[in-house]
Amino acid sequence: MSLLVAPTALLQHDLTLAWRRRAEAVNPLLFALMVTALFPLALGPEANQLARIAGGVAWVTVLLANLLSLDVLFRGDLEDGSLDQWLVSGQSLPLLAGARLLAHWLATGLPLTLAAPLLASMLGLPEDAALTLLAALALGTPVVSMVGGTCAALTAAMPRAGILLALLVLPLMVPVLVFGAGAVEATLTGLSPLPALLWLASGLALALPLTPLACAAAIRISAQ
Amino acid sequence: MNALTLWFHRMGSPPTFYAFAERWRPWFLWSGLLLAVFALTWGLFFTPADYLQGESYRILYIHVPSAWMGQFVFAVMAVSGFVALVWRIKLAEIVSLASAPIGATFTAVALATGSLWGRPTWGTYWVWDARLTSTLILLFLYFGVIGLSRAIEDRRKAARAAALLAIVGLVNIPIIQYSVYWWNTLHQPSSVKLLRGDTTIDPSMLWPLLLMAVATKLYYAYSLLSRAQVMVLEQESGKDWVRRLAGAPAND
Amino acid sequence: MTAESADDRPPLIASTRLAFARGNEPIFGPIDLSLGSGQVAVIEGGNGSGKTTLLRILAGLLEPTAGTIAWRGEVREPWRPIAGDIALLAHQLGLKSDLTPTENLALVVGLSGGRAAMPIRAALAAVGLEGFEDLPIRRQSAGQRKRAALAGLLVTTASLWLLDEPYANLDHDGHDLVDRLIGMQLRRGGAVVMTSHGHFAPVALPFERLTLGGAA
Repeated sequence: MSLLVAPTALLQHDLTLAWRRRAEAVNPLLFALMVTALFPLALGPEANQLARIAGGVAWVTVLLANLLSLDVLFRGDLEDGSLDQWLVSGQSLPLLAGARLLAHWLATGLPLTLAAPLLASMLGLPEDAALTLLAALALGTPVVSMVGGTCAALTAAMPRAGILLALLVLPLMVPVLVFGAGAVEATLTGLSPLPALLWLASGLALALPLTPLACAAAIRISAQ
Repeated sequence: MNALTLWFHRMGSPPTFYAFAERWRPWFLWSGLLLAVFALTWGLFFTPADYLQGESYRILYIHVPSAWMGQFVFAVMAVSGFVALVWRIKLAEIVSLASAPIGATFTAVALATGSLWGRPTWGTYWVWDARLTSTLILLFLYFGVIGLSRAIEDRRKAARAAALLAIVGLVNIPIIQYSVYWWNTLHQPSSVKLLRGDTTIDPSMLWPLLLMAVATKLYYAYSLLSRAQVMVLEQESGKDWVRRLAGAPAND
Repeated sequence: MTAESADDRPPLIASTRLAFARGNEPIFGPIDLSLGSGQVAVIEGGNGSGKTTLLRILAGLLEPTAGTIAWRGEVREPWRPIAGDIALLAHQLGLKSDLTPTENLALVVGLSGGRAAMPIRAALAAVGLEGFEDLPIRRQSAGQRKRAALAGLLVTTASLWLLDEPYANLDHDGHDLVDRLIGMQLRRGGAVVMTSHGHFAPVALPFERLTLGGAA
């Protein structure tokens, strides 16, 4: 379909770039592993105690790791004139923004999700809860990329927006954190994680059509 | 063009808006203050004490209207922001931008009174009660909007960016509040809540509360107009009508 | 500056009383500009006269304070380019330094709708980047980067080129190259708007002149 030619080209371009800069791309993953390793060091290695807070720790860690990579999501494109080319192209900006957000998830959210079993075993999470964590991350990290990416587009024109971006993104991430960690907690206490996972899924369904529109509007504001 | 959009367009002219604000500002201020004094006197001295919480519940006459205003102002901020983005009306940009600090103040008052209320009720200033927690997150949403608008130098661009963030925030607020209530029930709620959703409020308490809600809205209107006036003057500095206002000779 | 078209077709792009102000400070305008196919307009003026701003407004990147823009006779408000119709060469070239010219141009083709006017490698050869196609932009000189961006114009089918200081960073051969590319664009029925300090206006081509900044 001709409507998807440009977004597909952008996705391919972004993934090539991520591959070319793969040394940078693994940083969020290493950051998540490092921060997770800090918790046993700070709280003691008792597996029971760690497992009880594991869901929350994993989610906070993943949110922060995402935040690190979101800061530069649009800034480089604004500075080197790429965003101007997006706008001049006359292609659907929400679709281009959607392609960029998808590329961000593929390069950051997906590796973090796949690292969930590793994080779970570091925190002594039992197998069924680890599986829930994996499912929750798979449903929640796309929302983090989409909502976070929209905020990153708003701060793209600022040279150092790191802390401000955190202030914009983290309050909006409260539902993802609550339901994501809640799903793991529910599994641990013998309840069904399904309600929380369904809430995460509906959040994803809501974010999927809306965030590309908001992100496109944010890009227009920043590019002016 | 219907009457409302026509009115908005006329108000879009800075001198017209300035004159309008100048004329109505004192009315909002004094009616708001008088109503607040009346409602608080009623609420603090002429309503019965709560059978469970005694006299301490009376802080509700400040806490609840402030919490309402925190949400109400956010909605105004987002809706006027939407109007500003879609129809490009300058006045809506100003209303949106000027609302943020007022709403943040109301939210902060709600938090402060909530934690003061918590002291006699729970024996501690802070409990992760669902209502207080979502108010806290609302305050952070305000900080985000204010921080973003302060960080962008170009005033119009700042207004548009803040407006978009406010809209995203408004869509999220119900989700955030629901998730916080869900979280609260997951982790066994504290047995005494500041406000119980299932209890009916005595009419003798309701009336002063509703009057306070009106009074805070009048004060908001006053505060909004004052802030908007300053912002209009800043944007228009150098224009002839501003010079005339400042008593300087117009250079035309 | 209105150029008479030979036929009755509406001009490619036309502006009516276009003006821009930053805050309360007017930058330029009102400008009436009309450009048909096969025409070149050169925007001249000193630093800060608003040349780049005008170009960005024509590209739909900035909103004018007043005035309208019509595309093929149709006023569009707000003005947004139609897919694949406009190509922009700005100071920031829009190239990723970690990618090669070939990879960068693949996105240019994609953004213009997927149909390349000429194969990417042929375009790179035409601007003198033969042998540098697969070398990351990071390792190429400023002139070579500019040439890669010029090749980006060649692969699109855009009918209007907006060029901001196209001669900057180029050697003598490069200046000739720009003139040749503009000639090609005009022959295929396109139009060009470019900014210039005035030193490197295309001597070999007939062009309209638009001077910003008081001297108009």
